[in-house]
Amino acid sequence: MEKKTASEEKSMEPRRKPTSGEWVEASVGDFLERRSFLAFLLAIGGALVGGLLSVPLIRFVLHPLLAQTTQLKWSEVGSIDEFKDIVKPVKRVINVEQRDGWRKVVSEKAIYVIRAANGQIKVLSPICPHLGCPVAWSGELNQFKCPCHVGAFSPEGALISGPPPRGMDDLDAKVENGRLLVQYQYFRSLVPKKEPMT
Amino acid sequence: MSEPEPRNGKIIEWVDRRTGLNTIMKVALKEPIPGGARWAYIFGSGLIFTFMLQAITGIFLTLYYSPSADHAYTTVSYITKEVTSGSLIRSIHAYGSSAMVIILILHLTQTFLFGSYKGRRELLWLSGTVLFSLILGMAFTGYLLPWDQNAYFATTVGTNVAGEVPIVGDWIKRLMRGGNDMGTLTISRFFSLHVLFIPAMIAIFVSLHVYLFRKAGAAGPYAADPVEPNLPEESFYPRQLLMDVAFAAVLIAVLAGLARFSPADLGPRANPADTQYLGRPEWYYRSVFQWLKYWNPPYTIIGVLVIPAVVGALFVGLPFYDRRKERRPWKRPVAVFVFLFILGGLIYIGRASYVEDQNNPGVRDQILQQEKETERLMSQPFEPELAGVAKAAPVAISPAAERGKAIFERMACGACHGEGGTGGLALKLAGIGARFPNEKLTELLRKPTPKMLEGGMSPSPLKDPELKDLAEYLTSLKPF
Repeated sequence: MEKKTASEEKSMEPRRKPTSGEWVEASVGDFLERRSFLAFLLAIGGALVGGLLSVPLIRFVLHPLLAQTTQLKWSEVGSIDEFKDIVKPVKRVINVEQRDGWRKVVSEKAIYVIRAANGQIKVLSPICPHLGCPVAWSGELNQFKCPCHVGAFSPEGALISGPPPRGMDDLDAKVENGRLLVQYQYFRSLVPKKEPMT
Repeated sequence: MSEPEPRNGKIIEWVDRRTGLNTIMKVALKEPIPGGARWAYIFGSGLIFTFMLQAITGIFLTLYYSPSADHAYTTVSYITKEVTSGSLIRSIHAYGSSAMVIILILHLTQTFLFGSYKGRRELLWLSGTVLFSLILGMAFTGYLLPWDQNAYFATTVGTNVAGEVPIVGDWIKRLMRGGNDMGTLTISRFFSLHVLFIPAMIAIFVSLHVYLFRKAGAAGPYAADPVEPNLPEESFYPRQLLMDVAFAAVLIAVLAGLARFSPADLGPRANPADTQYLGRPEWYYRSVFQWLKYWNPPYTIIGVLVIPAVVGALFVGLPFYDRRKERRPWKRPVAVFVFLFILGGLIYIGRASYVEDQNNPGVRDQILQQEKETERLMSQPFEPELAGVAKAAPVAISPAAERGKAIFERMACGACHGEGGTGGLALKLAGIGARFPNEKLTELLRKPTPKMLEGGMSPSPLKDPELKDLAEYLTSLKPF
């Protein structure tokens, strides 16, 4: 494989005299310039093995993209009986459970339980669709009022006045075993149609 | 430079002119080996290869690991059970540490039997002994990090041993642990040592070791003179390189195979209150563990300090007192006997430790039960750690604060400040009582500062008594 030539580089001169013709010497630059079949094989093999090994490493890094990290969970609002006879919006604080990597974060979120025009129980997100300020219910005005830019909503959450582009967003809710459950989530602000954020 | 015109590519030529890469490659690949390439010489580069593998897998593991007594176990469990390829990478890292210790022993044995420490190689040997202890230090510090029962109790014993050293022992132990007991500071320390201090030292000493090796030259076979080998030389490239690469390939195949088909497990979470648990160190510390059993007070000091110090001094000082140039093992019977005696002795008592455990029915059953428990835990899905709102028991508050709470809810203060003042879009109010007295709070509510106004806080329309109640409520909110 190696061509045997006289030493051309002083710095690489052997410290002692070779005693047989086995002394292998290559000319300057040989290692990068000569396309020896062996070097080629080594390079290819190294690249292959390295590439193969980097697959699990890359997958490891990409885990947050490969696996679902944000899951929506149902949170309990309370017994459905509590809301049977409501006429005005009722504010409740629910516990929302979210996965944050290896943590399970339980945070408290406010929601409004309302009776919609058709008599159905609905759950509204208190987040204003304008710029995300939390909207407060004012019993005196019989309106939802956003404290930031004075957006106003009807008791059913419909837009009355102000800058918000749409009415208040309702959350997915269901009744299971007599308990009202809700799926808390955020929606994009400043767009005319309700659009969940993922 | 009298470089011939390169045949391929101006780029290579350009890179070489800027970097001298060709010269570096030449120096690296043309290392002369007296007597030619041999399989016996593969362990040094095997160690470098394994170290790089450990460094890469280790760096990646830190993406998900958290070094604290509260989270370490959960995060390792998360890596093992949930993260894509997590179990594989952690297993390669865990088995890699064993591989490293094995290759280290092989490298040392080869160097010793070939007498390759002789002939102006004192500093080369010394740097090697430093690397020896650094690698054992890596194994020791890394073992604690998963914070499972075994890690916890093995490290408790390990640090207790340091405590046996006379006079300064207790001091060393507390320094290692970051306190009297094992705890979150112990993990922080071990983590820092494991990922920053020791790796940096290893990098420095590997460079030094390789430099000194190239300076002294490869020693060649044991028949050769250590200073003037007088043997035909062969360049490192290609045959020795091929052997080293083959060894690296075998290593990676074995490690990946083990990691894939027998992944590293994770025992129960460390529980300092558990008095039943039998902690056992990794196999490479097993002989030390067993050795200490043989030395009871008042002779402990002999086993813990005197004998290890003598052996250590013999080991470190070897090239300084063994000055003969004779390298053939059979011509150095005393040295070889002592070396093999110590190595064999360590293997023997290490094995005795396992045999002793097996022969004691109580111990055997306990260990068996621990293994079963580990197996059961490994089959369970990952359990995330509860974080966030601390569900503190409701604290009884004064009537004024009770009225303030009603105001807080009516005015929807929580919309920005979070329910119960836990923080949200605006300032977290819980704990604000420690910063401002009630009067100041009332004042701020009535007349917010410009900064508050800017943040969207409007002056409160409330009357004074109501503001007082509200301030009372805010003060009652305790931070968690």
